[in-house]
Amino acid sequence: MSTIHSAAQPTTPIGKTADYLDQRTKVGVLTKQLVRKVFPDHWSFMLGEIALWSFVVLILSGFFLTMFFEPSMALTHYHGEGPASMQGQLMSVAFASTVDMSFEVRGGLLMRQIHHWSALVFMAGIVVHMMRVFFTGAFRKPRELNYLVGVTMMILGLGAGFTGYSLPDDVLSGNGLRITDGVVKSIPIIGSYMSYFIFGGEFPGEHIIPRLFTLHILVIPALLLALIGLHLFLMVLNKHTQYPGGGRTDRNVVGYPAVPAFATKMGGNFFIVFGVLALMGGTMAINNVWNYGPFDPSPVSAGAQPDWYMLFLEGSLRLMPGQGTEWVIGGYTLSLNVLIPAVVVPGLLFTFLFVYPFLEAKVTGDHREHHVLDRPRNVPVRTGLGVAFLAAFVILALAGSNDLIATHFALSINTITWVFRVLIFVGPVFAFWITKRICLGLQRKDRELVLHGHETGRIVRFANGEYIEVHRPLDEHDRWLRVNYEAHKPLEIAPAMDARGVRRKGYMVDRQWQRVSRFFFEDRVEPVTPAELAAAHAHGGHDELEAERGTPELVSGSGNVEREH
Amino acid sequence: MSENVNPNPSQDVTASRHGAHDTITHPERFADPGVPEHTTRLADRDPQAAKRAERAIVLLFTLSILGTIGTLVAYFAFRPDGTTEGVRLSNLLLGVGLAVSLLGIGIAAVHWAKTLMSSHEHVEERHESRSSDEVRTVVAQGFADGLADSGLARRGVLKGAVVSALALFPLTIAVPLVSSVGGEWNVGKFRHTLWKNGTRLAYDPSGRLIKAADLTAGSVAHVIPDVSEEMRESHEWITEKSKAVVLLVRLNPQDLKADQSPEGETWSYDGIVAYSKICTHVGCPVALYEQQTHHLLCPCHQSTFDVADGAKVVFGPANRPLPQLPITVDDEGYLVAQADFAEPIGPSYWERLK
Amino acid sequence: MKALAARRHHRAAPVVLLLLALLVTGGVYAVLAPSPATADTASTADIETGKKLFQANCATCHGPNAEGTSQAPSLVGVGAAAVDFQVSTGRMPMQMNGPQAQQKPRQMDEEQTAALAAYVASLGPGPAIPTDEQVDPALGDSSNGALLFRTNCAMCHNAVGAGGALSEGKWAPALWDVSERNIYQAMVTGPQSMPVFNDANITPEEKRDIIAFLVEQREGSAGGMALGALGPVSEGLWAWVVGIGLIIGAAVWIGAKSS
Repeated sequence: MSTIHSAAQPTTPIGKTADYLDQRTKVGVLTKQLVRKVFPDHWSFMLGEIALWSFVVLILSGFFLTMFFEPSMALTHYHGEGPASMQGQLMSVAFASTVDMSFEVRGGLLMRQIHHWSALVFMAGIVVHMMRVFFTGAFRKPRELNYLVGVTMMILGLGAGFTGYSLPDDVLSGNGLRITDGVVKSIPIIGSYMSYFIFGGEFPGEHIIPRLFTLHILVIPALLLALIGLHLFLMVLNKHTQYPGGGRTDRNVVGYPAVPAFATKMGGNFFIVFGVLALMGGTMAINNVWNYGPFDPSPVSAGAQPDWYMLFLEGSLRLMPGQGTEWVIGGYTLSLNVLIPAVVVPGLLFTFLFVYPFLEAKVTGDHREHHVLDRPRNVPVRTGLGVAFLAAFVILALAGSNDLIATHFALSINTITWVFRVLIFVGPVFAFWITKRICLGLQRKDRELVLHGHETGRIVRFANGEYIEVHRPLDEHDRWLRVNYEAHKPLEIAPAMDARGVRRKGYMVDRQWQRVSRFFFEDRVEPVTPAELAAAHAHGGHDELEAERGTPELVSGSGNVEREH
Repeated sequence: MSENVNPNPSQDVTASRHGAHDTITHPERFADPGVPEHTTRLADRDPQAAKRAERAIVLLFTLSILGTIGTLVAYFAFRPDGTTEGVRLSNLLLGVGLAVSLLGIGIAAVHWAKTLMSSHEHVEERHESRSSDEVRTVVAQGFADGLADSGLARRGVLKGAVVSALALFPLTIAVPLVSSVGGEWNVGKFRHTLWKNGTRLAYDPSGRLIKAADLTAGSVAHVIPDVSEEMRESHEWITEKSKAVVLLVRLNPQDLKADQSPEGETWSYDGIVAYSKICTHVGCPVALYEQQTHHLLCPCHQSTFDVADGAKVVFGPANRPLPQLPITVDDEGYLVAQADFAEPIGPSYWERLK
Repeated sequence: MKALAARRHHRAAPVVLLLLALLVTGGVYAVLAPSPATADTASTADIETGKKLFQANCATCHGPNAEGTSQAPSLVGVGAAAVDFQVSTGRMPMQMNGPQAQQKPRQMDEEQTAALAAYVASLGPGPAIPTDEQVDPALGDSSNGALLFRTNCAMCHNAVGAGGALSEGKWAPALWDVSERNIYQAMVTGPQSMPVFNDANITPEEKRDIIAFLVEQREGSAGGMALGALGPVSEGLWAWVVGIGLIIGAAVWIGAKSS
């Protein structure tokens, strides 16, 4: 395309169109960058695509649904093709249109179910993508900003899910809104007014469904689209990270050009994701709102839970003991039994996600750019913290399902609650400790492998009667994978007194940071250095390669084989 | 960009084995062995295999076409007959057809890319993310010039005026929005419900009135205030019902340890007690009444209240007992409220006790 | 007519009239009233058999005359419905102590159950076993049933009767396989943790509506596999296991090098 001016006039229709566009936009320059842009290939790099493509499916199916959904809280008596149990019931138009689009609009039920399954998979895709990014350290410079964009999108995703879940105006989601109202009211000073702000009066009023509708189909998707654009733009700008391996450095990117293989795989993945979601929508029922019935403030059904991504909040509310946690101060009520689980706990979890990259940059004192990913084992404390975070999330989600655990495993709900009350403190700590141990163990194993090679299971007897097992050394790529990392050391700080014996300002702060840094890097396993490897070889005798080739059975005890020590 | 470039040709330190290993000095780190050698695929080596792959891909695309046709056939041929069975069949056929149509394309495309498109690795250089010092200087100079030209730094009053104007104008939108978005902003409404002296108790949802004699011991009734049928079909009702719903329980009078009636008043009637159904935790309807233990459990967060003992909290995240509705019996034997609840029902809020 | 007119001032006339009125009322009542099948046909022999069965199987806990002990409640006045419910679902006789009596294969056949029910019904008036007509789902209005079920039952038994948890290891059972007669009996007798829903609270017709709603739910979901009808938790689990499972499986395949 860069030859359009110099070359002869294009003759094909595509060429003519390209010429037309490029003469007006210089689009050739941009496309040149993209067409041959190199993307590293790994299955875990496609986890973000899961989220992206399910979002596209959400938009496609969501568009279908908006054609038939009426976000109105006006009341009507239902008479339609829906189930017999709905006939004649008083319900909002929003609920009636949801039933109609499921039973009267052919394919409507399929689209509803695809939409809801996509929402669940969208959030799950975000979570697994975040896990990949976190555990491999992909959030390090220069990608901290893109990481923040990602975390923000995760929170927007929660908002999109919550607002959509509430739209059909059924009993289940109505009780969810009621819980939201209860949580909002617990906010000190402004709580009651916030409740009025959201509902346009007292709960539930007549405004909430149209308001949620606007948020759900306009505000949140618009923000998400903008942020997805930014996310992908920054991804292309920074070029994708790559896993460590031979030839992969912080100054290059090794992979396949966007066109054709990479783009074809990416496009194919969209159809696969959509296909799986269609299969789910066609075979597995989800959120059959006519089971729950139209919203009525009196009923509630057993198994009253939010969608899975909000379960952690539900669990946190269930675990909090109520006794002694509601304080009256000067006549004003402070509901810590609601504020702590519903505001403080998610606040802590999200804050951890938002600040972690900056925390890690601070304790490593590392301001270089990183484009080669970490193997999770090589950063034991980070990996441990990530697993601890997930453990907390999972424990809270399980606590939010405690009634179903009780019925399915014939346990007492009270006992389960108590177990989770303890586990939420002990579990993450234990998860951290055990993960860190496993990481350090794997690193030691790596060292062992690099130094002594693989056990071959071949036992050799020497002339002097000594038995040894032959070890096969790693090839250079396997070795490189295991030695190519950096074991950060705890921060070193300037002494408390400067040269003239004057107390240095900021020393105390530095010392705190040093403590944190010690927590991160006190236990570490250094990669094998060439000198160590050489020493190991010297210790083990001659090199192993010859042992493979030679006839060790015949040589003497100090022969050319690595010894089992 | 080049194919299979090894940035650092292999310099294996274990090459030291060829010399006297204790005399040479070792580098601090191992050297990068470079990108592993490109391995060819079956389809690269064997034209037959390539042909097979191509056929498989064509077959998959054909399958997708069949899926699309099948979906359309299912759409027109299987008109759901209004039964659960019929809707389920239609949904299943449409869903599976769509899935075949999509998965056919997806799997074909990926298979194509994996087997027939080039698998040669490319290496692309990265450049530092930051812009060069020259560019930075130009930009900084541009801004400095602009600032000097505008004179913002010198003209203090102008600066103040600009900042104030920009800061104030959003109020033109925010004030009308905020003042209207919360309706009448009368948060005092949280305190009152439809119950007042003499309001009869009625079954939810039928609206039939309740006589004390109708309730047998161990029975529970979900109760609403007696209002006109017309009112029960209005929006106002849903909002009022959200606060007014009550759970009516009859215990054997000897089982009733305590209720919330203050000295000199009787809020229950012959073992019949009425408590707000709205949880004092975050407002779910508390409705799981276990008649043997007299415990009332909330299905949302498992707060448990003891109905036999003033609805005190015995487990879970709620802190306060459910407010009691004082009831009695009128001349005709119907249960009626003595008054509204003595305290605001439902979850706590900041000015609840004010 | 003349004869009748002549005798209307007879001294016995009021008595005859009263007897006639009683006969008519009784007849009308017998025709119109829900006929409690077992109680009606219970013979003294049935009651005797029932008493023997009671003493052999139930008296240890409920006392020799069903007056109740510290372990089990009195059965005086619980009615035939309660006995039929507890025994025909296998809950009674109870085998072991637990948070609540469990459903298990019934240990008494229909005749024995009827005899036992007749005996307990003879101890004091209580709810009778409903007739087939009273529990016929075809006669019920499932829409009204849905409304009533939602308000009175769904908080324990789940929105479509899939069951749910109560406190301290107790649970509200799933209603998929419970017979229409047993559903009715549970409502009128309030077994174990379940409260009583007498005919003033939920009328017999309304009870039949509820049964109609529950039977309609047994057709399953219009959307496909119902996944236990347990709501968002099971849906989330399936989204992870099937959805994310399949898609990540596909991603691994996409990322793997072709051989």
